[in-house]
Amino acid sequence: MKSIAARRHDRRAPLVLLALALLLTGVLYALAAPGRADAAPLAGQADVAAGAKLFQANCATCHGVGAVGTSVAPSLVGVGAAAVDFQVGTGRMPMTMSGPQAQAKPVQFTQDQISQLAAYVASLGPGPEIPTAEMVDPSKGDPATGMAIFRTNCAMCHNAVGAGGSLTQGKFAPNLWQTTPTHLYEAMLTGPQSMPVFNDANITPEEKRDVIAFISQQGGTQPGGLDLGSLGPVSEGLWAWVVGLGLIIGAAVWIGAKSS
Amino acid sequence: MSSVDHYTGPANLPEGHGPQELPERFENPGLPEHKPRMGDVDPKVDKRRERIVLALFGFSTLGTIGFLVAYFALPTGKDVETIHRSNLWLGLGLAASLLGIGLAAIQWAKSIMNNEEKVEERHPMASRPEVREGAIKNLTDGAKDSGISRRGLLKSAVVGSILLFPLTIAVPLIGEIGGDWNVSKLKHTMWKKGLRLTQDPSGRPIKASDVTIGSVWHVIPDGLDKTAQPLNEKAKAVVLVVRLDPRDIKSEQIPGASYEGILAFSKICTHVGCPVALYEQQTHHLLCPCHQSTFDVTNGAKVVFGPAKRPLPQLPITVDDQGYLVAQSDFDQPVGPSFWERLR
Repeated sequence: MKSIAARRHDRRAPLVLLALALLLTGVLYALAAPGRADAAPLAGQADVAAGAKLFQANCATCHGVGAVGTSVAPSLVGVGAAAVDFQVGTGRMPMTMSGPQAQAKPVQFTQDQISQLAAYVASLGPGPEIPTAEMVDPSKGDPATGMAIFRTNCAMCHNAVGAGGSLTQGKFAPNLWQTTPTHLYEAMLTGPQSMPVFNDANITPEEKRDVIAFISQQGGTQPGGLDLGSLGPVSEGLWAWVVGLGLIIGAAVWIGAKSS
Repeated sequence: MSSVDHYTGPANLPEGHGPQELPERFENPGLPEHKPRMGDVDPKVDKRRERIVLALFGFSTLGTIGFLVAYFALPTGKDVETIHRSNLWLGLGLAASLLGIGLAAIQWAKSIMNNEEKVEERHPMASRPEVREGAIKNLTDGAKDSGISRRGLLKSAVVGSILLFPLTIAVPLIGEIGGDWNVSKLKHTMWKKGLRLTQDPSGRPIKASDVTIGSVWHVIPDGLDKTAQPLNEKAKAVVLVVRLDPRDIKSEQIPGASYEGILAFSKICTHVGCPVALYEQQTHHLLCPCHQSTFDVTNGAKVVFGPAKRPLPQLPITVDDQGYLVAQSDFDQPVGPSFWERLR
């Protein structure tokens, strides 16, 4: 004790005191903070614990210990299980490299692991939950209503039939034809990356199912032949000007050339 | 050094290439010497060329047969797949059928028919002198007979009536343009004080508490369906509503026009009037799909990129006593692209 007292005028003393005070605050908060399990009463404690381990190993580098966010990645407190199921379930997370936006790629976790991660993130704060199979069943939705909603809210970025489109600076709205109904629902609910959020008051759960019903009918065989990606004037113009005009010029050159 | 120097300068040019040898005009060199094709001299090649043409006609015949087979063997059912299959094979058959004939005809003309160069002189365009004189005489006789130079009043009458006739076309055309020259229609929308913001297309009113940060709402005025021309009204009045974290707002277009970070902007681009609705949640940029004009929602919807020249007009909003979003007034300026009388 005497040695500590002797060094209380050391110029590093305030720093040590500050560190101790922060530590004490942290410990007191951890003891006094409301029970976190309340936020996700359905998820088993074992899942949350397993998810926490997976999170520390795979996500904490960017999202920080405890998912509170860092300068390179946002906090995940309150994003809910739906966001995790979408981001990890479509392979967007974990990101392999930084870029304009996280892109879908082969999924790195099993569905069980994704559920554990989702349970862990959901335990950090209340957020949107993963929809049930009935909520996303395309056969229960009305594609006509879905089309009207899609046209107003989605078509400007995702194209009139969901074929996708470009945004600014390398970002783009992806094609929706291969996306599973659950992931479509979760994307509307959580608004991943550049996409806005469409909460249940904006597009009701029934309307979300109608939108899914509409998308499920797009992207199939076209009656007329090649759809050229359903991208409208861009791919059609490219085809007409490059392929069509190229063939016509080639034919003109051939007709005009002398036979040897 | 110019080419003139080149010819007058050096004296050591070989005999016959001096400047004095250049003719005043070059003679027409005529057609180049005719070179026979391989098929003209070698009967084997000729036979092969004939077979190519035959094969192309055969390709056409196969196409026609393929078309007929596809027509009978691949009927269209009710599903899209059968329509696609039928269209695809009918199209391929038709293309082969016609393309084969065309290619064969060109190949035939190029490689088998004779390719001797021929010169066909142009005939003079003018008629014979006596025909031209006769025509002029007919015209002057006719003019003399009509008396147009003597009877001045008749001359004025014919010129006048011909000049007046186009009015029957021009007046209705111009009149119809002027008939609907009501510029005030462009200056006002149906938004007014207390009118509720409702969702497009469902028409549900919007509770301010439901507009969460990061969400975007596509909005039409309440009662749009009951107006005389809903589409005309919608084309002017559509609005996009977002909620920003108040810390993200850099500047406001109209102070007091937003409600707790909820901002409403006209969706009609100030460039040429496309619906500006691509909202990037993270950058808070609004994009126009037509010409990539980009508006910064955090900065009073100012233009940050693209051909638009003015910010999107902001709709002043507040809430009514039940918590639903309502307009404070109409837009403070005409929405959409510029027009001559816009600021008058």
